[in-house]
Amino acid sequence: MQLSFKNGARANGPASLADLGENEEGTLERIDLPADFAHRLMELGFVPGHAITVAHSAPGGDPRVFRVDGSEIALRRETARHILLRKQ
Amino acid sequence: MGDCHECAGSCAPASAGTAATHKLVAIIGPPNAGKSTLFNRLTGLRQKVANFPGVTVEHHTGKADLPGGHDVELVDLPGVYSLHARSEDERVSHDVLHGKMPGLKRPDGVILILDATNLSRHLPLAASVLSLRIPTLVVLNMADDMRQRGGAVDTGALADELGAPVVLASASTGEGVEEVARFLTGGIGVPKPVELPVLQDVPACRQWAREVSREAGYTHPAPPVWTRRLDAVFLHAVWGPLSFVLVVGAVFQTIFTGARPLMDGVEWAVAAAGGLMRAVLPEGVLRSLLVDGVWSGVGAVLVFMPQILLLFLFITVLEDSGYLARAALIADRTMARVGLQGKSFIPLLSAYACAVPAIMATRTIENKRDRIATILIAPFMTCSARLPVYTLIIAAFIPDRQFIGPFVHTRAAALMGLYVLGFAAAVLTAKVLKSSILKSERTPFVLEMPPYRVPSWRTVGLRLYDRALAFLKRAGTVILGVSVVLWALASIPLVDGKAPPIEQSLAGTLGRAIEPLIAPLGFNWKIGIGLVTSLAAREVIVGTLGTIYGMEPDKDSAGLQAALQKDLTFAGAVALLVFFAFAMQCMSTLAVVRRETGGWKWPAVQFAYMGALAWLCALAAYRVFS
Repeated sequence: MQLSFKNGARANGPASLADLGENEEGTLERIDLPADFAHRLMELGFVPGHAITVAHSAPGGDPRVFRVDGSEIALRRETARHILLRKQ
Repeated sequence: MGDCHECAGSCAPASAGTAATHKLVAIIGPPNAGKSTLFNRLTGLRQKVANFPGVTVEHHTGKADLPGGHDVELVDLPGVYSLHARSEDERVSHDVLHGKMPGLKRPDGVILILDATNLSRHLPLAASVLSLRIPTLVVLNMADDMRQRGGAVDTGALADELGAPVVLASASTGEGVEEVARFLTGGIGVPKPVELPVLQDVPACRQWAREVSREAGYTHPAPPVWTRRLDAVFLHAVWGPLSFVLVVGAVFQTIFTGARPLMDGVEWAVAAAGGLMRAVLPEGVLRSLLVDGVWSGVGAVLVFMPQILLLFLFITVLEDSGYLARAALIADRTMARVGLQGKSFIPLLSAYACAVPAIMATRTIENKRDRIATILIAPFMTCSARLPVYTLIIAAFIPDRQFIGPFVHTRAAALMGLYVLGFAAAVLTAKVLKSSILKSERTPFVLEMPPYRVPSWRTVGLRLYDRALAFLKRAGTVILGVSVVLWALASIPLVDGKAPPIEQSLAGTLGRAIEPLIAPLGFNWKIGIGLVTSLAAREVIVGTLGTIYGMEPDKDSAGLQAALQKDLTFAGAVALLVFFAFAMQCMSTLAVVRRETGGWKWPAVQFAYMGALAWLCALAAYRVFS
C-alpha cells in the first residue's frame, strides 16, 4: 500500500484516485460527485472501504482502468480526481 | 432443488400465472452477464426485436424451444445493475417486472442471470428482483470460467440463502441450459421464500452480499490471467495504439476490398435474374414495371448487402470478444477533443458502411446529448451508398493520372478527399453542436472492461441473420416503393400507349420544377430528377440517370459516363460530389433517427442542416472550379 504524492499540496489534503500510479493501491474514503453519479459508481464497486488498484490506461494516461471489487472500470482523470482515498 | 422432480407442472413457478394460456418469463441481469447468449440458446430463430412503447430501449422477445409443447414467451430485458429507475434501461426493467409496461403483462417468472465470476457484486440485484416475489430462477452464468479460475460456490446453500432455486450455467457451452428449460416447463420447485433486504444504501447492500456469498461457500475466482496478458498488449503505451490502428485498418480493408468479389457475385446474380425475368415475361407494362422498376431498384441496393454484413460480422466479433471496450478506451481522448466520448467511436466507424446500424449502435451511449450529437454527425461519414455515385462521377470527370508518386492516382486521391471532406464536416458539426445546443457537463465517462472471451458463433450468426433480415426488409419496402414510384413518374403520361420521352414525363416535369433551385450549382433538370429520387437512397441516382439517359447502368457504364459529360461541366461534377458528401439523402436514416430520438424534431433538424450545408458548399465548389 503506497500512495504517490506527485505534487506536494496533495500530501495535506486527502489524495484522490488520480494521484495513484500504475499498480498502486488505495482505499476509497468517499466520492465527491453528484449523488446520482456517485450511486452509480458505488454499484460498480466504488464503495467506501474497498481497495482500488490502478491497472492500464489509454495512451497518454487518460482514461485509466481501475480494478475494484473483481472488475475493471475505466474512468477519466476528471472523474478519478473526485474519488478520494483514505489517508494511510 | 433437485427434489422437486415429481411435481412438474403443479408446484411450478410459471403455474403461478395463468396456467393454460401462454406464460411470460423475463430474463434480467447486469450487462455482460450473458443474458443475450442464454436468450439465443433458448429461442434460436424464433425471436423478434421491438421497441418498448415511448422509449428508445429495444427488447427481444421469443418463444422458448421447449420439449412437450410448453408455450413460454421470453422477454430479454436490458442489462442493469439495479432496479432503481434512474436510467431508461433501469426504468424499463423496473416497469416490466412490476407489470407496468403497456402491452406486456406482469411476468409469470423471472430468469435472473448473474456473473458467477463476480457474485458479491451482482447479488444486490438478486435482492431487489427476488423481493418482487415473482417465481425466479437464479442462473450463475460463466460457471466454466469461474471453475477454470479456481472459484467455487455451493448452489444449494445459496438457494437457501436467497429463497430461490440456483443453477450453475455456461450459456456459451450450453451447460445448465437444460435446467433453465426445466424451470420454464415447471420442473423446478421454489424453496421457501426468505426475507431479503432491499436497501438504497449501497455499502449495506454490499455487506449483505458478502455475508450471503460467505454462507454459500463462494470462493472468488483468481483474476483472469489471459485478460491481463492481452491487456498488457492492447493497452500498452505503444502496442495498444498500433494494434488499434491495425484492427481498424483491417476492418476497412476487408469492407472495401474483401467484399468486392462478394458484391460482384450479387451484382451478377441480380443482373442474371433481371435477364431471366425479361426473357420469361411478355413484353408490356407489367414487364417494364417488374424489370425496370422493381428489380433494378431493389437489385441496386442488394449489392451492398455483403459489405454491410461483413461490417456487422466485425463489430459483433469485436464486441463479443471484449476488444470494443478497449477500442473505446483508446479513442476516448481523441473523441473528447470534439466534445464527444470513446463510446461514440464505434457508431461513427460503423457509419462508414451505413448510417442506419451506426445510429442503432449509439444506444450504448448513456449521455443523451452525446448520443444525439453522435446520431446527428453519423450520416456525414462516407457510407457505402455514396460509393457508386462517387465512382461514377469520378470516372466520368477526373482523368486517371499519377498524382503523388507512382501509387496514388488522381481518382483515388479524389475519393480519399471525399472521405476526408465528410469526416471534417462531422468533426466541425460535433464541435459546433457540443459547444452550443447540445452542450453538456463534461460527460462522466464510465466504461466497464469485460474479460476477453471467445465469441459465441451462435450469437454472431443470429445477429448477422437479424441484420440481413432488417436490410432485406428495407430493400423490400422503402427502395421498392421508390422504384415503383419513379418508374411510374417516368412512364406517365403515356404517349401512343408507350412510355413518353423522359422530358415529357412527370419525372421530367418535376426535374424542371426544381431546376431554378439547382441551376446555381451547375445542375440541369436531368440531374434534378436524380437528386429527387436519391432522397430515398443515395445510390438510386445511378439507376435514375441510367433510366433518364436510356441506358442500363450495369451494362453500359461507359455510355452513362459519356452522356453525363455532355450534361455536366467539370465544376458541376465537383459540385455534385460535394453535394452528395453532405446532403441527407436517405429515408431509412431519417426513419431510424426518428425512431431512436423519439420524434420528428431531430430528423427534421438534421435534414435541413445537412441540406443547407450541401447546397452552400456545392455552390462554393461550383464557383471555385468554373
